[in-house]
Amino acid sequence: MKAETKRGKKKESIIKAALTLFSLNGFHKTTIPDIARRIGMSTGNIYNYFASKDILAQEIIKYTSEVLGTEIRKINQQETLSTHEKIHKIVEVYFTMATKKPEMIEYFLRVYLSHREVFVGECDKMICVAGFITEIMIFFADGVECGDLRDQDFFSAFGLFMGYLGGMAFLNGEAILPRALEDYIDDIAYNIYNALKA
Amino acid sequence: MAKSTKLKILWLQSITCNGNTHSFFSHPDFVTLMQKFEVIYHPLLDSVYSLENVINKKLACDILVVEGAFRETGMQKANQEIYAIAKSYAKKAKHVITVGNCSTFGGVFRLYDTESIGGFCFNDETPNEAYKLFKKKLISLPGCPAHPRWIGNLLSMILSQRQILLDNFHRPLEVYGYNAHAGCPRSEYFEWKVDSKNYGHKEGCLFYEYGCQAPYTHANCNKILWNEVSSKTRVGTPCFGCTEPYFPKKDLWHTNTLMGIPASMPMGVPRRAYLTITGIAKSFSIKRLNEPIIKYKK
Repeated sequence: MKAETKRGKKKESIIKAALTLFSLNGFHKTTIPDIARRIGMSTGNIYNYFASKDILAQEIIKYTSEVLGTEIRKINQQETLSTHEKIHKIVEVYFTMATKKPEMIEYFLRVYLSHREVFVGECDKMICVAGFITEIMIFFADGVECGDLRDQDFFSAFGLFMGYLGGMAFLNGEAILPRALEDYIDDIAYNIYNALKA
Repeated sequence: MAKSTKLKILWLQSITCNGNTHSFFSHPDFVTLMQKFEVIYHPLLDSVYSLENVINKKLACDILVVEGAFRETGMQKANQEIYAIAKSYAKKAKHVITVGNCSTFGGVFRLYDTESIGGFCFNDETPNEAYKLFKKKLISLPGCPAHPRWIGNLLSMILSQRQILLDNFHRPLEVYGYNAHAGCPRSEYFEWKVDSKNYGHKEGCLFYEYGCQAPYTHANCNKILWNEVSSKTRVGTPCFGCTEPYFPKKDLWHTNTLMGIPASMPMGVPRRAYLTITGIAKSFSIKRLNEPIIKYKK
């Protein structure tokens, strides 16, 4: 295995461990030694990969954004799908992630949105979630271009779409929803489409 | 009269505003340049022959220049269909130059009736019947108007028998191989995604809100400048894309967007690549680019 690949894999394992711990125990309560223990690495060695806990936190949000962005990109590239079908698939991807890898969504809601002081400098504004935002922008632009969606300010549409999904994932995480998250996919996709359609 | 050995230019107008003719008149070396040719006819210049001579005598010509939009019937000069006259001379000429957007693609006049009005060889981007006949000798100089140097340089290249390489619409690459964005002093604002606050300001980019088409318009306006000093974008007005087949678009002062994203991307740039770069660029606030270049004392 090439050294670069080995290093990349090690980095990813640190990110995954930290993602879980940050989501479960909170950002401030989780320490670098906690993360090191979880993956059997020395605390000092972690610093060879990430210079600080804040930088690690920034790398995690980039990682989760890329994972989600990659899934939405696959949907965007399916040209035979209607806009309604794309919305359905995006909702499905998001809720599946919230169910099967809840730490990915939990991290966004409980760390990224709650600790804005950490995500500054190179993570300012929306830079670290660009991988995901770009795909949503492309989805909207394609939807307007083909005449399915109403043209409007990006953020008014974005807030409606992702705020809705984030809210449902949060309610699910708090065990408030009476039904499984996946049971809501059809209705929510229908609601979003009706709210955004031309 | 001694027989001239100069190349003979015949300049014919169909329906036109005269813009390309007047543009060419402001070429700084117009007189010197034109003395190297024999102008057998131009509607605004002293010419060897009159329009009646052109129509009746079937004169010899080396370079046919056509200006204005065409239609098969209904555009007459001296009771003759001008399209038929132009085509008859195009058969004889060694070079056929369509000068301006109207004669190249149909331009402004085509909007009146897209069924019957078009350019000499193209209707928008679609080649017409005349194209099949003249494509081997056709050179397109679209613009609204064509820049005087585009016309002058092309004539000089023909005179000196230089190789003239063309793009798909037969536009010389020396001019149209560039895009109008190249050389724009606002490019730093474009790169960092700083919008202009209004027209006529020194600061900001006009691409995001104010309709500038320079990033996807083939022309060297910002490289060679107009009247030797300026360009639309330099003075704070958007490029209207006047060298392209789709000119004139509607709503020229406004950028058409799809949920906030410019509907037309910079030339050859995929939407995903554009959004990735600009998303990052817009996240940074460059203080210098958000301030006036010159702070005038009140």
